[in-house]
Amino acid sequence: MDKILGLITKEIHGFNKTLDTPINLDKGKESVLFGRDSNLQSIDFVSLIASIEQAVSDEYGKELSLVDARAMSQKNSPFRTVGSLAEYINEILKED
Amino acid sequence: MSNRIVLITGTRKGIGEELAKYYLAKGDIVIGCSRSVPEWKTSAQENYKHFQADVNDEKSVKPIFSYIRRTHGRLDALINNAGIASMNHSILTPMQSAERVLGTNTLGTFLFCREAAKVMKNHKSGRIVNFATVATPLKLEGEAIYAASKAAIVSLTQILAREYADFGITVNAVGPTPIKTDLIRGVPLEKMERLLARQAIRRYGVYEDVFNVVDFFLREQSDFITGQVIYLGGV
Repeated sequence: MDKILGLITKEIHGFNKTLDTPINLDKGKESVLFGRDSNLQSIDFVSLIASIEQAVSDEYGKELSLVDARAMSQKNSPFRTVGSLAEYINEILKED
Repeated sequence: MSNRIVLITGTRKGIGEELAKYYLAKGDIVIGCSRSVPEWKTSAQENYKHFQADVNDEKSVKPIFSYIRRTHGRLDALINNAGIASMNHSILTPMQSAERVLGTNTLGTFLFCREAAKVMKNHKSGRIVNFATVATPLKLEGEAIYAASKAAIVSLTQILAREYADFGITVNAVGPTPIKTDLIRGVPLEKMERLLARQAIRRYGVYEDVFNVVDFFLREQSDFITGQVIYLGGV
């Protein structure tokens, strides 16, 4: 999990350089990515998720899709915080 | 711009094969795919990489894009040529054929656009060219599913053009007239002649007609052209 969290955080740090209002990572795992409390524009969210998907795929040498039907139907979106996204990625990697 | 990284689907034969040879001859690096391995070779074969994949099978398509990202680090152009036809009266069209046509033509195009955009967005530039058909605006009887699958590609092209504009990616489509390829083999001559009569310029298309439009969409100067469909022959 720490490795996945590290990957996500690294991608966000890089991504923040392109944003006028960077994603606040002060809350660690609870840092918000998606939902009411997020200040991320939808186009930036899309771009970030695609970048994280590529980073995880490269690191683990596995093809994966973070936007499968399951993620889209979950009541509590796995994309809402850094921690929930890490847990979701961890689940996907375990399944493969 | 030379040495572009160009991905073309359906390169085993027909327009896809000719597009691959055309861009290889221009000095581009071409990645192609089809369900079976092509038999053709060119003098620039070292610049061609082939993947055996069904275009609407996500599991076999994703590795193509991983390869492009890891080997070349970028993708300059995607030409979504792969397509199949089913020419039959709708009452005589099996569901299996309908699913196959929609799967390859519509969902395959969607999947390649989606994955290409993920790679292209990293460099804030890219060109996507989809394949429509004159069968849609001509509302050809006997081609309901084929024309519908391509009508959906027109919608995809127009909407993805808007979704991808912020990433510097243009999405356009070319709508060829009949070209003498396997796709129209078996269509009665009389029917083909009736179809040609509905074009403003009444002749079969040739590969160069398609190259011309694709070249236009791929040009660097075409970065303000997106969401457009160009039908050949004045349809």
